[in-house]
Amino acid sequence: LNGRGFVVWELFAICEVLERLRGAFRSGVTLPVHFRLTQLEAMMSLFEDNETQIIEAMHEDLAKPKFEAVLSEIEIVVNDICYAISNLQSWMQPTYVATNLATKLDDCFVRREPLGVVLIIGAWNYPLHLILLPLIGAIAAGNCAILKPSEISRATEKLLAELIPKYLSQECYAVIRGGAEETKTLLENRFDHIFYTGSQSVARCILLAAAVHLTPVTLELGGKCPCLIYGRLDMKAAAKRLVWAKFFNAGQSCVAPDYVLCTAETRDALLPFIKETLESFYGSDPQQSPDLGRIVTDRHWDRLLELLKKSEGKIVIGGESDKKTKYIAPTVVVDVMESDALMQEEIFGPILPILTIKSLDEAIYFVNEREKPLALYAFSDESQVVNTVLERTCSGGFCSNDGIVHMSLPGLPFGGVGASGMGNYHGRWGFETFSHKRGCMMRSWLLERVNVLRYPPYNESNLSWLRWATTAKKKGWAGCSVM
Amino acid sequence: VEMEKQVVDGLREVFQSGRSRPLQYRKQQLGALHRLITEHQEDIEQALKQDLNRNTYNTSLFELISIENDIKLAESEMADWAAPRPVKKNLNSALDDVYIKPEPLGVVLIIGTWNYPWAMILQPLVGAIAAGNAAVLKPSELSEHSARLMKELLPLYLDKEMYQVVTGGVPETQELLRQRFDHIFYTGSSAVGKLVMEAAARHLTPVTLELGGKSPCYVDKNCDIAVACRRITWGKFANCGQTCIAPDYILCEPSIQDRIVEEIQKTLLEFYQTDPKSSPDYCRIINTRHFDRVLALMNECTIALGGESDRSQCYIAPTVLKDVLPHFKIMQEEIFGPLLPIVTVNGLSEAIQFINAREKPLALYVFSSDKTVIKRMLAETSSGGVTVNDVLMHYTVDTLPFGGVGNSGMGRYHGKHTFDQLSHHRACLIKSFAMEGLNDARYPPLTAARLRKAKFFMQHRLCSCSGICVWAVIANLLAIGLLVALIVVLNVNILV
Repeated sequence: LNGRGFVVWELFAICEVLERLRGAFRSGVTLPVHFRLTQLEAMMSLFEDNETQIIEAMHEDLAKPKFEAVLSEIEIVVNDICYAISNLQSWMQPTYVATNLATKLDDCFVRREPLGVVLIIGAWNYPLHLILLPLIGAIAAGNCAILKPSEISRATEKLLAELIPKYLSQECYAVIRGGAEETKTLLENRFDHIFYTGSQSVARCILLAAAVHLTPVTLELGGKCPCLIYGRLDMKAAAKRLVWAKFFNAGQSCVAPDYVLCTAETRDALLPFIKETLESFYGSDPQQSPDLGRIVTDRHWDRLLELLKKSEGKIVIGGESDKKTKYIAPTVVVDVMESDALMQEEIFGPILPILTIKSLDEAIYFVNEREKPLALYAFSDESQVVNTVLERTCSGGFCSNDGIVHMSLPGLPFGGVGASGMGNYHGRWGFETFSHKRGCMMRSWLLERVNVLRYPPYNESNLSWLRWATTAKKKGWAGCSVM
Repeated sequence: VEMEKQVVDGLREVFQSGRSRPLQYRKQQLGALHRLITEHQEDIEQALKQDLNRNTYNTSLFELISIENDIKLAESEMADWAAPRPVKKNLNSALDDVYIKPEPLGVVLIIGTWNYPWAMILQPLVGAIAAGNAAVLKPSELSEHSARLMKELLPLYLDKEMYQVVTGGVPETQELLRQRFDHIFYTGSSAVGKLVMEAAARHLTPVTLELGGKSPCYVDKNCDIAVACRRITWGKFANCGQTCIAPDYILCEPSIQDRIVEEIQKTLLEFYQTDPKSSPDYCRIINTRHFDRVLALMNECTIALGGESDRSQCYIAPTVLKDVLPHFKIMQEEIFGPLLPIVTVNGLSEAIQFINAREKPLALYVFSSDKTVIKRMLAETSSGGVTVNDVLMHYTVDTLPFGGVGNSGMGRYHGKHTFDQLSHHRACLIKSFAMEGLNDARYPPLTAARLRKAKFFMQHRLCSCSGICVWAVIANLLAIGLLVALIVVLNVNILV
């Protein structure tokens, strides 16, 4: 045993596992659609057979309420599996592309091919979802995969290590457990794609490790997701959606609305509805509600309490906490300034700062001064307001008049931009992320006489013919495509 | 403050002012770029002649036509490309607007290379402009006449507050790479590609790397060897072999090696006549460093054709080497010169094994009249792109994504693909406050009924995966019902 309590032989086991997976990939076993469908169906069974254990593990790790576990860890993943199963055949088909005059007799198409052995690193806040949703794309695209779940969500890590080998092919998919040291060793190896969900600082290390092998990466990072509330509003509905999105998983969602920007009048009108909503959701004493999550570890709880202590804002709702149960009450803080402790880092907890602005322009300026967030929210009944925010800001994703739900639509790509990440997944996007799009051209043996135009010795007249044949035609030109 | 930082900061400020958002502005810039090329075609040809002894026709064919095509395509399709792209919804979002909105990234850095100095920088630039970005162009200092000309001409045509050329060598490039960009587009070697990616990691900047490798060319014994060799000769010796997708080496069975050499010889005579050195259509190696490098690769090899060289002119004759063994130096690195080694293998399986034992190349070529050979080659190997029964040509079809995989690179471009590569695809869900009743299902406190309702509306699937499709059944029942009704009505009519 090394000092951290992990069995040292696991480090050598990494090389063995990698070799096994590479051998399996090289043998071509993951290529046929039948194999991929079987694995995806096995994943479905994993969820169907183990729903209770999953809910228990979520509860152990995050005190996750059954409701949340079912919706955000089981349903969303199962939906994506179904979506992949029903669409896989069509995703795998080569797509034929339009050709120009010089290549009219040729077949041009794009093949989607697997990359090889990919590494998927999960996070602790949605420990099953954030590691298995990418896996769907990896399997669908025909890759082998190593899963590295977060060691912070221990119970889920253990469950994954137990269930994955039981349901999925052990030749092609493996779970590797460990902490920062083990991950660092893992990253010294060569992968064909690395998919990471987590923090910006670790993402930099991952990119550096990937650069050594020219490995492409997908990074799903975080940031402070702003929520602009402006103009005419349905206060009650707005409060409900805001509260739901913010306090889901006790605020520990990468796309939770981090802070609110609104005018003083809007704030004053909104606060009573927020209070009312919190009571209807969690009762008068949220600590007793079975529907509110807890903070994942003592260390994270300490961090949040520290932020609250250092904050110069005024706590108008909540503020209570209990270290023993890692509980923090749904808390709203007003009169928060730009320089406040709560505005210096991603909160990732059940604390909602409200900053007051005087105009929409001021709010947009504030948002644009900061890093591009993973999600950006605009609440308003006025479509003009929503459009202005949409047009003048940039973010991974955007949702108006609600929070988080844009990521439950498999048709939409889910990913960040700038500091919030690169690449995306969900639905077909996961398949594409883990595929190489190979451009193929099948030339005919015929018309070698036409090819003569391009051979030396060069002359002006050949060049004009070639120019004419290869030049992109104007849109809508009813051109004759007879050579 | 370093010049490079000033440039990037200045561009970012102008970008953030929103100047490049209107499509009209972008079209204007593309039009100006087009004029630059057409009005200065001769100057560009002159510069390339000085850089690479490139023939004027070669220049048009290999560089200018591609750039012009990309510009015309972007001008006519931009509105479609930049428009919101609607996506499929589920029951929950039936009344909402769900779409992907392509948006500019910000300031992109485009690092060019010396073998096609104009195309390698301007083709990505077309996409960058079309996508609404600002750009810093860093042409290669090795093709110095082109770099100088580009630096002089660009500000005369394009908005210099949004697009700038920075020239210089390694120190200037390194300083540029210390700045923060929103995307870096690099064309060049794998070795430098790693350094670019490392530099980008600091700022979490996404990169597109168009690298190289040894592009294999398998010639099956079942094929029209004469035609195959003509096409291979053309692709290999154009630009004196200095093309990232040039067929690097040939794989074939020993029985056809001599025939291949014979056909290549015939073709070379036809293309460059008896003395390629005096042919106006044959280029030179870019500089003496590369000349020495390429020449040294010939050392252990058996020369079947060519082999002559002249260092004062950086001239190396079109050369074919036979019976090359896998451990020779020439098989350890990308040749990027007019040397064509032939490695013999005993059939397709050995060829596939040979290719798969090496890094994934940027391009792969296979010549065969046998469809099963082609199918196997495609299915059992990996490469950036493929042309079957010809070389280089997949590059010319702008609807095909062009890029590498593994060691040959990441990302893709050409045509719309450049636009997509240099845009952020922002997922948008536009909801109204209506239908709040539907939302109730997801709010605490949990009840079994609420959970069931929430699950139902979240589902994207209207069929259960175990086969019974509820909606199909309902639709069928309705159809049968209507059919029955129709028959009844008809019968009633008849009776009446």
